Amino acid sequence: MTAITLNSINKSFGPVHVLKDISLEFNKGEFVVLVGPSGCGKSTLLRMIAGLEPVSSGDLIFGETRVNDLEPRERDIAMVFQSYALYPHMNVERNLGFSLELRKRDAAEKQKRTSHAAGILGLDKLLDRFPKALSGGQRQRVAMGRAIVRDPQIFLFDEPLSNLDAALRIEMRIEIAKLHQRLGTTMVYVTHDQVEAMTLADRIVVMNAGNVEQVGTPLDLYSNPANLFVAGFLGSPKMNFVSHDDPALSLPKALTHPKAKTYGIRPEHIQVTAPDDNAHLIGTIDVVERLGSDTIFYINHGAKQPFVVRVPGIDRTALGEKIGCIFQPNDLHRFNADGQSISEK
Amino acid sequence: MASRTSFSVAGTLRYAAIILYVLFALFPIYWLVKIAITPDRLIYTEGTHIWPSTFTLDNFTSVLFLTDFLVYFKNSMIVSLGTAFFTTLVATAAGYAFSRFHFRGKAIIIALMLITQMFPLLMIIAPIYKIMAGLRLLDSLTGLIIVYTAFNVPFATFLMQGFFDGIPKDLEEAAMIDGCTRFEALRKVIFPLTLPGLAATLGFIFTAAWSELLFALMLINSDDKMTFPVGLKTFVSKFAVDWGQMMAAGTLALIPSCIFFILIQRFLVQGLTAGAVKG
Amino acid sequence: MTMALPTSPGKGRGRPLKKLHWLVEPYLYLSPAIILIALVMLVPLVVGISYAFQSISLLNPFETGWVGFANFEKLWADRLFWKALTNTFWWTLGSLFFQFFLGLGLALLLNRPFAGRGLVQALVFLPWAVPAFLSGLNWAWLFNPIIGPIPHWLAAIGIMDEPQNILANPKMALWGPIVANIWFGIPFFAITLLAALQSIPRDLYEAASIDGASVWQSFTKITVPFLAPTIAITVMLRTIWIANFADLIYIMTGGGPANSTHIISSYIFTTAFRRLDFAYASTLAIALLVLLLAYAMLILQMRKHLVKGI
Ligand SMILES: Nc1ncnc2c1ncn2[C@@H]1O[C@H](COP(=O)(O)OP(=O)(O)OP(=O)(O)O)[C@@H](O)[C@H]1O
Ligand SMILES: [Mg+2]
Repeated sequence: MTAITLNSINKSFGPVHVLKDISLEFNKGEFVVLVGPSGCGKSTLLRMIAGLEPVSSGDLIFGETRVNDLEPRERDIAMVFQSYALYPHMNVERNLGFSLELRKRDAAEKQKRTSHAAGILGLDKLLDRFPKALSGGQRQRVAMGRAIVRDPQIFLFDEPLSNLDAALRIEMRIEIAKLHQRLGTTMVYVTHDQVEAMTLADRIVVMNAGNVEQVGTPLDLYSNPANLFVAGFLGSPKMNFVSHDDPALSLPKALTHPKAKTYGIRPEHIQVTAPDDNAHLIGTIDVVERLGSDTIFYINHGAKQPFVVRVPGIDRTALGEKIGCIFQPNDLHRFNADGQSISEK
Repeated sequence: MASRTSFSVAGTLRYAAIILYVLFALFPIYWLVKIAITPDRLIYTEGTHIWPSTFTLDNFTSVLFLTDFLVYFKNSMIVSLGTAFFTTLVATAAGYAFSRFHFRGKAIIIALMLITQMFPLLMIIAPIYKIMAGLRLLDSLTGLIIVYTAFNVPFATFLMQGFFDGIPKDLEEAAMIDGCTRFEALRKVIFPLTLPGLAATLGFIFTAAWSELLFALMLINSDDKMTFPVGLKTFVSKFAVDWGQMMAAGTLALIPSCIFFILIQRFLVQGLTAGAVKG
Repeated sequence: MTMALPTSPGKGRGRPLKKLHWLVEPYLYLSPAIILIALVMLVPLVVGISYAFQSISLLNPFETGWVGFANFEKLWADRLFWKALTNTFWWTLGSLFFQFFLGLGLALLLNRPFAGRGLVQALVFLPWAVPAFLSGLNWAWLFNPIIGPIPHWLAAIGIMDEPQNILANPKMALWGPIVANIWFGIPFFAITLLAALQSIPRDLYEAASIDGASVWQSFTKITVPFLAPTIAITVMLRTIWIANFADLIYIMTGGGPANSTHIISSYIFTTAFRRLDFAYASTLAIALLVLLLAYAMLILQMRKHLVKGI
């Protein structure tokens, strides 16, 4: 059952064509994360779903109903803004209950639903406060609470955690995951954060310059990126790309492909060995980062970009040493001249 | 260390400068009040003393009860409050449209509004006289309110636009998602937040209308319709020698606009900081 | 791939109406303002311009009609016009110069916190709330040696031989309204400049002081460039406003003594109000408008350069 269907959606701001022929289907109850570089049109897409931005062309369908021309308030959605957009002149309780107030729900129901949402998010003690007397994390909770109170068909989030510090971000990320499990509502979530995308999403939509590059489950995108862009965008540290004619590279025949122009291998899919003939790539260690759990080597192999290797545990190999790398054969990615992944062997 | 600056040379100079500014600003007003409370018989002998040896409120009572002062005052109140109210209403709607919509012709309309700030208003004093005569609005307070409202709308619109620009668009959008129509979002969320801006605009326009002289002089001629500036002007010619009464009338006329101004000046600086200066 | 599109109820009707709604809404909000401004300002403006090419004197209703450029020829030959033009220049320059620098000084003083700042701010801005006619009268009284102290002070410090009213002296009289105007106008500059100062991000100064900038250097390198666009605009608007501002002169001197203090705008008013010669008043107004437009263009050009310079 689909909750949202986007059918050849286009969006232009005057002469600027921001979203180009986007077609997507989001299932009911699904958690969809939109990722992509800054300015690629994620917020614009989300705002069109919300009804805050008119659709230039194409069809936007919720369930069976075309909603292009419906006002935001008629779409049964809730949205959490990056800026939280709390009403400064209302206390937390009224902020939470404002949508019910507008729908003229009676006081008892309003009371029940606000206190329920406040309970979920631990806001019970703050109901009388005004937004300016709240910390960043508390404001974020109120913004989420406001959405929960609505009990909408669809939740929309635009980078809701980007104004929080790292610890709080992790905490709220877990909150959101729990919330999704509990409510089972369709959620569309825009973020810049890889970890948020990988951990929260049922499916990830990778966007670039107004186009959808690839849609899939997090692990699918991680293991089988469709092209160079997706391969390079997801994963941290980034996937290494080596040109097929790089002199430092010596792949056995079985791993190469005649059409492959670029080979990609993730830092965690590499073993370090002696710089001998068995090595797939040889270079010297420029920088070492020891994280405790992992050790990351930045290897100079003559190209501009360093070649990054991540090995588990603490590795004592010293700076400046010459080493060899061996790629795990199943995790090697091959890309043709157009940057598309070559799937057949 | 910072708390010791008041003993430094620069700090002393700063305070001296501030005191000079305050004296310069207040002295003329002080003088007005001083002459008003000096008894008539002392005006010439003590005319230039800084402090009168005795004082009296006779001038105020005679202005209030023996002259048309109260009529002028009432007329001015009607005109200024009417102008402030209608200008703010019209300018709020227009400022909102400028702040929140993109539409065809926006640049032209803004340009036209700017032009109205450019040309000498006196240029249209003659045509307005004739038009008002045609509409039978000469010598009427309604006519004066209409004219003043039009004069003040462009500036008030830019002021209000600045205040609206200072309110994040997110708030309105959140309200619309929460279930408001655009108008409800304006009324329930944006409007309460612009109250300081509205106060500033109201006060500003009130003061402007309260002060206007030349158009009132041209458009009003009967005694019972005169606004304060016009009335006081005729005072000056009628009672050319009664300094005390004139100063008393002046002091009284000062009260409403000063009260208004003291209340709003804080918002004015805030409001300008938030928006108007940005563009 | 075939896909039947679900249609929304009432699609055919709903859509155009909806589009119309989006299109019309802003004009709806604007219409009262537009109608008012058009009827009360723009139409009279056009009518006023046409008056300059006619003969419309309410005192001579029979000599009405189109006269071409006759009014402008009269203007060219009018000695009083040229006198008023010179006066307009000195009036505007004198008022503006002192209003601006004293206003800037005040804004800089008020931009730093000190005990009682709120009160001081309310007091020093007060002159702006004094209705112009009242400040005119008030200053006229202050300059009057019978009840005002100023002539006595001037005599005491030796600028005058004996206390006299400068408003009665054709050589000095224009300075009376100028002083009143300075008093009245300082708060305007102080308010706008203070607002502009407060919108300069504080961390810029902090960064500059860490970089080793002196107070003077942060003023010239940060404050001035940031204020420059605001300054250009406010100075332009104020110039126009001051040049048009006839109230003080009309109240304090009425253009006298011996027509020595008329500026163009007070001359316009006298011509329209006293002589009811609307045609010549409009001619004068057009002359003033042309001058002001030329001036505004000049300033806007300069502002472009300034903004680029940042
Ligand atoms: N109102 C507008 N008018 C014109 N262009 C706009 C408008 N809003 C967005 N854009 C442009 O549309 C493009 C997409 O913007 P959008 O805000 O959707 O990006 P985003 O993917 O959310 O970026 P970020 O990750 O930085 O939030 C940008 O190039 C932006 O400049
Ligand atoms: Mg965005």
